[in-house]
Amino acid sequence: MKAMVYRGPYKIRVEEKPMPRIEHPNDAIIKVTTAAICGSDLHLYHGLMPDTRIGHTFGHEFIGVVEEVGPSVQNLERGDRVMVPFNVYCGSCYYCARGLFSNCHNVNPNATAVGGIYGYSHTTGGYDGGQAEFVRVPFADVGPTIIPDWMDSEDAVLLTDALATGYFGAQLGDIVEGDTVVVFGAGPVGLYAAKSSWLMGAGRVIVIDHLEYRLEKARTFAQAETFNFAEYDDIIVEMKKTTDYLGADVVIDAVGAEADGNFIQQVTGTKLKLQGGSPIALNWAIDSVRKGGTVSVVGAYGPIFSAVKFGDALNKGLTLRMNQTPVKRQWPRLFEHIQNGYLKPNDIVTHRIPLADIAEGYHIFSAKLDNCIKPLIIANPS
Amino acid sequence: MAASGPSTPYVANKPKDIPTAEALRARIPGWGVDLDPKDRPSFPREIYDPGSTGAHWDYPDEQPNREGRERSIEHGQLPPVFGTSAPLHGVSGSIRRYAYRYGEGRAAHWLLLLLGDRVDAWGAHVVSFATLRPDNPITETGVLSEGRRHGIASRFGKKRVDVNHQWIDPIVVGGPWVVAAAGAVLGGRAVVRRGKR
Repeated sequence: MKAMVYRGPYKIRVEEKPMPRIEHPNDAIIKVTTAAICGSDLHLYHGLMPDTRIGHTFGHEFIGVVEEVGPSVQNLERGDRVMVPFNVYCGSCYYCARGLFSNCHNVNPNATAVGGIYGYSHTTGGYDGGQAEFVRVPFADVGPTIIPDWMDSEDAVLLTDALATGYFGAQLGDIVEGDTVVVFGAGPVGLYAAKSSWLMGAGRVIVIDHLEYRLEKARTFAQAETFNFAEYDDIIVEMKKTTDYLGADVVIDAVGAEADGNFIQQVTGTKLKLQGGSPIALNWAIDSVRKGGTVSVVGAYGPIFSAVKFGDALNKGLTLRMNQTPVKRQWPRLFEHIQNGYLKPNDIVTHRIPLADIAEGYHIFSAKLDNCIKPLIIANPS
Repeated sequence: MAASGPSTPYVANKPKDIPTAEALRARIPGWGVDLDPKDRPSFPREIYDPGSTGAHWDYPDEQPNREGRERSIEHGQLPPVFGTSAPLHGVSGSIRRYAYRYGEGRAAHWLLLLLGDRVDAWGAHVVSFATLRPDNPITETGVLSEGRRHGIASRFGKKRVDVNHQWIDPIVVGGPWVVAAAGAVLGGRAVVRRGKR
């Protein structure tokens, strides 16, 4: 089968790989129809995530058709169209039993601090991902869900991470009616977090980025106020001014490890890999939220230490909330929101790229060419 | 002080410029449908409900071929299921296996893994030149999309702050190759000089 493979920082290609096989009785093999490139895939692509091995296939956002099931699988059969949460999880460990699917303890030998994720290095378990024609899906009775007939395929693939994570980020903010919510990052997760903040009763939603075309999308897709931080000497002061010098009630970091806005942090965090990412957005979140406010972090960071302004967080009495998203927990409510017309996920898709051209897809997304917001990968055209 | 007197946060009231719920509901489809935390799917964060996940086991069957699988020393046992994407091999595998002697809280663990990643990449590049499909930095970096996808127009005149550091990327990608080539040239010259003596 054909699959994207990692060849070192900034280098990937499509290769012939052996077909994935059933390795556990509850495995399924999925024929991937559509996958996506996530902003967090860029951390792997840039060599930022430890234990990213040559030959590894990325891709934790994908949908497809069941090709084969293991002997203990009860809920799926060959031919089912399924959407697969980015979490690999067992459904039965201490954490899964409490709904913390992203923190599963039974699927990742390589680290205890993170659960299992498809195509996201050996630090998250060493599972090949879905930017390929076929992928192994462990615990087929737990994670995958049959795509409802009414659901658009592109909406389904966006539900496997980006939409679920944006919505989860807004939840972590514990928004109450009338709150001012600031979202750092107008990428897919930030756009969905901004949109979701309204559903939870926000009174103002402000999105901050430096890419004007993405801020335009934040205005039209998420009805948000926008600030281009490149136009201000100090975006924190601007946030204070626009909130009567109070600060935002809730700030969501939807950027993560490759944030821009501070040259030193960028170079030490993402070029020299001396930090687990450049925590510029997180520091700006800490500084722009009001005292006693809540910072929600859904942008992804690596496991190495980062230079975070923790003293400000302490002195301001902040609540910091974060996690990888337990995706499947979000789905029933998000399905309702899509059916009711409150959310139209694929409005943010800008590029649909054949698997054979995935190297260019990564470069376009990484370098932010061609007004790219969300690229999808067509693995097996249906 | 403004003519209207002190404003929040110097007094107790919240900012005055927040629209009313009625105005927001009229402008934003679905505004407030998840206002009640009980309607939010991750509230409360932990709900003990092991019967709801689809798992029909208390502890999963253990995946075979477990011998030699590296694991964090913070695990009490090898978890029952794991990925088999790229098993450890060669020099990079030795470095990585050594890294797993350190706990996840130690910088040595992660920095050795990053070193293993670079050794893995350099080794794979060198080995590729002995195959029918050597690494091709032009196609593998996707850089040809610069011409097809408006590379210049996308970057300049847009106030993008990442343009300030994107010039470093080619150095990160190509720098080790330049250093390796220079080392090979210098080493070769030294060997030739020593041979002439």
